[in-house]
Amino acid sequence: MKTGAKILVESLLREGTEIIFGYPGGVVLPIYDELYDSPLRHLLVRHEQAAAHAADGYARASGRVGVCLATSGPGACNLVTGIATSYMDSTPVVAITGQVPTNLLGNDAFQESDITGITLPITKHNYLVKSAGDVSRVVQEAFYIAGTGRPGPVLIDIPKDVSTGLAAEVKLPDKVVLRGYNPTYKGHKRQIEKALELLGHAERPLIYAGGGIISSNASPELMEFATLASIPVTTTLMGIGCIPCHHPLNLGMLGMHGTEYANFAVTECDLMIAIGARFDDRVTGKIDTFAPHAKIIHIDIDPAEIGKNKRVDVPIVGDVKGVLKDLLTLMKKQDAHEIWNKKIRHWKQHHPLKCPTTDGLHPQFVIRTLSELVKDKAVIVSEVGQNQMWTAQHFCFHNPRTWITSGGLGTMGFGFPAAIGVHFARPDVPTFVIAGDGSIQMNIQEMGTVAANKIPVKIAILNNMYLGMVRQWQELFFDHRYSFTELPPVDFVKIGQAYGIEGMQVNTPEDVLPAFQASLDCDGPFVMDFRIEREENVFPMVPAGAAINEMIGGHPR
Amino acid sequence: MKPHTLSILVENKAGVLSRVTGLFSRRGFNIESLAVGPCEEPGMSRITIVVIGDDAKVEQVMKQLNKLIDIIKVSDLTENERVERELALIKVTAEQGTSRAEIMQIATIFRASIVDVSPKSLVLQVIGETDKIDALEKLLRQYGVKEFVRTGTIGILRGSKIVSGGK
Repeated sequence: MKTGAKILVESLLREGTEIIFGYPGGVVLPIYDELYDSPLRHLLVRHEQAAAHAADGYARASGRVGVCLATSGPGACNLVTGIATSYMDSTPVVAITGQVPTNLLGNDAFQESDITGITLPITKHNYLVKSAGDVSRVVQEAFYIAGTGRPGPVLIDIPKDVSTGLAAEVKLPDKVVLRGYNPTYKGHKRQIEKALELLGHAERPLIYAGGGIISSNASPELMEFATLASIPVTTTLMGIGCIPCHHPLNLGMLGMHGTEYANFAVTECDLMIAIGARFDDRVTGKIDTFAPHAKIIHIDIDPAEIGKNKRVDVPIVGDVKGVLKDLLTLMKKQDAHEIWNKKIRHWKQHHPLKCPTTDGLHPQFVIRTLSELVKDKAVIVSEVGQNQMWTAQHFCFHNPRTWITSGGLGTMGFGFPAAIGVHFARPDVPTFVIAGDGSIQMNIQEMGTVAANKIPVKIAILNNMYLGMVRQWQELFFDHRYSFTELPPVDFVKIGQAYGIEGMQVNTPEDVLPAFQASLDCDGPFVMDFRIEREENVFPMVPAGAAINEMIGGHPR
Repeated sequence: MKPHTLSILVENKAGVLSRVTGLFSRRGFNIESLAVGPCEEPGMSRITIVVIGDDAKVEQVMKQLNKLIDIIKVSDLTENERVERELALIKVTAEQGTSRAEIMQIATIFRASIVDVSPKSLVLQVIGETDKIDALEKLLRQYGVKEFVRTGTIGILRGSKIVSGGK
């Protein structure tokens, strides 16, 4: 007989868990006691929200299931933002929470919260475990559900008496079978043939590639497919990295802060092949004018995404990697779409992303300097806001899973703790966080975590003493009325010092490269406080609700 | 916008009803009626929900329902020939005299049965489609409906076709 807590830790190890991110508390004491001398590594964060983001960052960078652990009540509630972030971006995370003993459930007991109720709409599935004998089966199912089909977070709520309760070894099945859960992996052959028919007739095809390519590890197949048929590729924020930035067919990001040429291509294409993408409003702008001349092929593992926002001509439900393989097998010789590609080359040449050349320290220059320095030898994690968009636009990503960002939920405070998880997934390369002075302060307490554990996360803060993206909207759409978006100056280097972290303040373009060099030369974490032009904007920009070819801040057409 | 009767086969587990109803409320649907009970398969229950909405929105909710791990099968009965029934219990003011006789006459016409009698009231039990029950309640209003209790609609396909597991 073993305790539920021991079974839990053994089950996590059996699922291949290397590390869990967590924070102890009353009802998880039995679990923490098991962790005390377990081979399972535990990283103590400074706030449970950071544990959820770190597990998410680990999952995104590795493709494996990330795990976080918190106590009941406030601990569990603090995971919520992180779980919602994972849910919106479909990342595989198992969140484990303690719960008050079963005899007190529903009693408003100390530190009780109905976390399965709270997380109902933001988890792929969740469990309230009622007996120690169920723990191993539930963990096996949770990992299976989190990591298969369209991935997502699964929460396991474990009452204290279940952790301390005894149960005999349970024989687990080799393969989990759930009668209500059978994801479709194989694309329908007839639909795939129909898609190829459409492609055969298209003169101006365009691939719109989303985060599904990354989570399905389908970049090689995507590249082969795009190259064989000479189809230009635009990626969503989540899809960045699925095709190298310098690839001639790559159009960069589309949508609200997309490149002009990507948005032009969307507007003029006659066939759009959406792969692992979901026609989000930040991508489409005004939905009626999105790809107005195009037939649409939509490949996605989640049937609920098909036709959700936009009418689709050929839906293909399946794992995008497998569907792309099938497309490649059946594909005949393809046209090179020479006229179309020539037009796109012309757009790329005359409408490049702008990098300001005036005096002062420009964030675009900071990002480009880092990009040229580290090339493909780093993972870049962003916060949310202007810092995120500048990085998405100006950093040159070469590989999938090297760009980690909160897309769907847009969670400020995600980046820094996520980077901690990323480091454990990819200890072979440096991890950089690109943050704003607003977002870094949402989880700045994690400086304690990286300092105590010498986690070499390099923190680059684009400090404009504003909540920059909101300020930009106020400037453009609210008549310069900067309502509560100005932040008083903070000396981030000094904050770092207080935690024992080295750092450097950077005020001029000349000092940017030396700062990044110094961060790489430092063994541990490093803070860079870039004092950038305060009112720099992210351009081009499609105003909310406008058609995506109606951009401001672009080149004259 | 028309009523859709959805038949949902679910695992009989704690919380499954709130998972299902939560999906409707999050999308702004008002559930017109709801009925839950065990079904032919052990360990499963069947939920019948009537919602009013346009076809595309209902289709999206059905897809979302299908994603729930504890949901085994979702069908829109409205697309098929079906039998739908609900049951209502109506407590009507019925003093001695003509009104009592009239109520009993109406009950006969609607094939409702009188299941409780007291000096001042009658309880009618009626089974039928929503419209029939609405019509009876409307007719009885003139006598004074003291209490009106109705189940959710349940439905079943006509012929040998069934709504069963394996989605």
